[in-house]
Amino acid sequence: MIKVTNLTKEFNGEKAVDDISFSVKKGETFVLLGTSGCGKTTTLKMINRLIEPNSGEVRIEGQNVLEQDPTALRKRIGYVIQNIGLFPHYTVEQNIAVVPQLLKWKKQDIQERAHELMELVGLPPREFLSRYPEELSGGQQQRIGLARAFAADPPIILLDEPFGALDPITRREIQQEFKRLEMMLGKTMILVTHDVFEAFELGDRICLMDKGIVQQVGTPKKLIFAPEKEFVAQFFQANRFLLELEVFQLKDVLQELPDRKLEGKQELSFEENDSLLDVIEAVEKTSQPRAPFGITGKDKKTIKTATSEELLAAFHQKKSKMVS
Amino acid sequence: MNPGQTFYQFIFSHQDEILEQTIEHIGLTGIALAIAVLIGLPLGILLTRKKKLATPVLGMAGIIQTIPSVALLGFLLPLVGIGVVPAIIALFLYALLPIIRNTFTGIEEVDSAVKEAAQGMGMTDGQILVKVELPLAVPVIFAGIRTATVINVGVATLCALIASGGLGEFIFRGIALNNVNMILAGAIPAAALALFLDFTISVLQRFIRRIIKPLLILSGVFIFILLPLWILPSFFHPSFQAGFTAEFMERADGYPGLKKLYRIDLDTRELDPGLMYRALKNKKVDVICGFSTDGRIEAYDLRVLIDDKNYFPPYHAVPLVRGESLRKYPVLRDIFEKIAGKISDEKMRELNFRVDQNKESPAEVARDYLVQNDFRIAENDKNAVDIVIGSKNFTEQYILAHLFHLLIESSSSLNVELKTGLAGTKICFDALKNGQIDLYPEYTGTGLLVILGVDVEASAPLLQNEKKAYDFLREESKKRYDLQWFQPLGFNNTYALMMRESQAARLNVRTISDLKEHIEKSTPEK
Repeated sequence: MIKVTNLTKEFNGEKAVDDISFSVKKGETFVLLGTSGCGKTTTLKMINRLIEPNSGEVRIEGQNVLEQDPTALRKRIGYVIQNIGLFPHYTVEQNIAVVPQLLKWKKQDIQERAHELMELVGLPPREFLSRYPEELSGGQQQRIGLARAFAADPPIILLDEPFGALDPITRREIQQEFKRLEMMLGKTMILVTHDVFEAFELGDRICLMDKGIVQQVGTPKKLIFAPEKEFVAQFFQANRFLLELEVFQLKDVLQELPDRKLEGKQELSFEENDSLLDVIEAVEKTSQPRAPFGITGKDKKTIKTATSEELLAAFHQKKSKMVS
Repeated sequence: MNPGQTFYQFIFSHQDEILEQTIEHIGLTGIALAIAVLIGLPLGILLTRKKKLATPVLGMAGIIQTIPSVALLGFLLPLVGIGVVPAIIALFLYALLPIIRNTFTGIEEVDSAVKEAAQGMGMTDGQILVKVELPLAVPVIFAGIRTATVINVGVATLCALIASGGLGEFIFRGIALNNVNMILAGAIPAAALALFLDFTISVLQRFIRRIIKPLLILSGVFIFILLPLWILPSFFHPSFQAGFTAEFMERADGYPGLKKLYRIDLDTRELDPGLMYRALKNKKVDVICGFSTDGRIEAYDLRVLIDDKNYFPPYHAVPLVRGESLRKYPVLRDIFEKIAGKISDEKMRELNFRVDQNKESPAEVARDYLVQNDFRIAENDKNAVDIVIGSKNFTEQYILAHLFHLLIESSSSLNVELKTGLAGTKICFDALKNGQIDLYPEYTGTGLLVILGVDVEASAPLLQNEKKAYDFLREESKKRYDLQWFQPLGFNNTYALMMRESQAARLNVRTISDLKEHIEKSTPEK
């Protein structure tokens, strides 16, 4: 879908992005991860030509972006930035309508789309469409920012630290919500972040960058269990345990969990695709953190029950198997 | 003008004129502002796109802003003459800086995240400007327009000096005629207008986003319909035009009396005395009220029309001194005895010519004159000031003030300080009364008519006898204000009508009566 080849950008003689290459598959969420100044945002902006490269190329579905009209290109790519950049003189509805209007959609269609998007991001349209951005909280503004980027249903979305301006609690909530948003289905997304949890939570694959150079590209699991460079191992060292919990899903440790008769109904239940970290965090928040919870399979039927203690034991067992 | 009139009476009796001048004032300000917005706004936008231009352009506009208004009007005179057009150009230039600067800053200050989002969504540069940057910059741009408005209402008062009307007419006439009511009748509406517009715009500013469209349409109508209606006539000025000073227009011994005695009806415009001669030379007007000893009569090749009905009273130049100063330094009387009657009309005209045309300094010219006439020259050290000499703001007065200065310091041990360039009789006379100056050169006619306020018609017999008139002036000044008139210096600097020599010769106009005939011949019967 997106192919980046030997991309290089210099600012005042210094290489901000140094000969990087990667490709992003259709429907994938691809994360550019790194500390500030590593070149991740510059890379992102070269995809929709907000920054022009010194050399190398970006192809979207085989077409070189440098050969396309930049404004037409950008209308086909959703763009979300850290500071959101909602137009303060426009209402929420007018903000969402910007790109559809540039594309000359019919008034009726724009209105319908705005209502639909508001439902999708979980804000009641009646209440919010006629408000101005300054009347919204940070989290609400970010949702509108997302709705605006998705307004014309672009196949590709670029997100530059989209949750960076939110406080940690709101950020975590919106991240998890974000993953489940229906409108994300089938979208190809490139997300820039410095937050390793965000990268692991949202990314199908991660490209870890440092000093303008790609250090390693791979799934979260690869990055944490099979680092190709010392830098990669070092980068995740501080949060290693939690990240490991994050990369494992319930289905990964199903075999290691003790078998037990399925009886009664559990208060709490998780899908087999949920990450261990999300499950443990959710259980800790309940009134009975030691009680067993259910695990449902593809057909929504409970296949197993377990407690969080058993889950942790299973996780260690699985890990030692992997190492040996 | 009756000095006993109260302010309210004055306002009441002049309400039509005040209203007319206020409308002219608003017109001048509004048109200049509208043009400034029309040019300043695109220029400000251009600067945000070509940032390298920002420093030089804003710098230039800043420099224009620092040019004193009267100097700017002076520069414009040879280029575009007098009247509404140069006034609008000057006001436009003053309004330009705040508008360009605020447009530039307003757009620059739009949140960079908003601009990035706009760009990232695929807006073109033009769409970003129209849909995002301008709407968000409007409050700042409007603040600039507000500043420009207040500046313009103030500067527009000065435009009365170049015959463009407005509330300045009353202010300058009032200063020239020592009439406080008249000054206030101009100054109060001007100040009120500034406050009113400032307030109105601040209210509009609050609702600007909602009213921007009707506002733009309104200003469009203003510029494209009202402007041509008002400015065009000034290009078709009548065949024969008079340019008179504010003082001459109003003084009892000025145009009103002249009109009555000669039964002459001129098309007149008000002009600053400093600009008047050049306006005549540059054919912007055809006749002016000059002074008979002015150096520019020769320099610009002007013809003085003979006052064949002896209308203008004599204006002998005389040193006028405070009684108190004279009692303190009685030697002054002996000093001024030495030049009594020494300076002839021709001599004074020559001295004026040297300053006006040859650009010599008044001090130099005064010194030369004294040396040629065998005065011993000496200057005292300036440690203490005993005597302060004042002067009005035209060449002859500067020369005389320097002459008095050298004369006193050469003939006594008194130290003299100069305070020259005071604007008009009223300011000189007030300064003298209050002891801020001790003496200055004044003219007998001005003394009688302006300082003593003698009624021309009622006192006609007195004024026709020069000796009697002078004695009356001396006694009354002493009695009323404790002021002492010395012996006349010799020359008579009276008002005189002047034309360009070439035109006067062509039309064969020698006297004021000839001029009247010419005008009656050339004007079709109404």
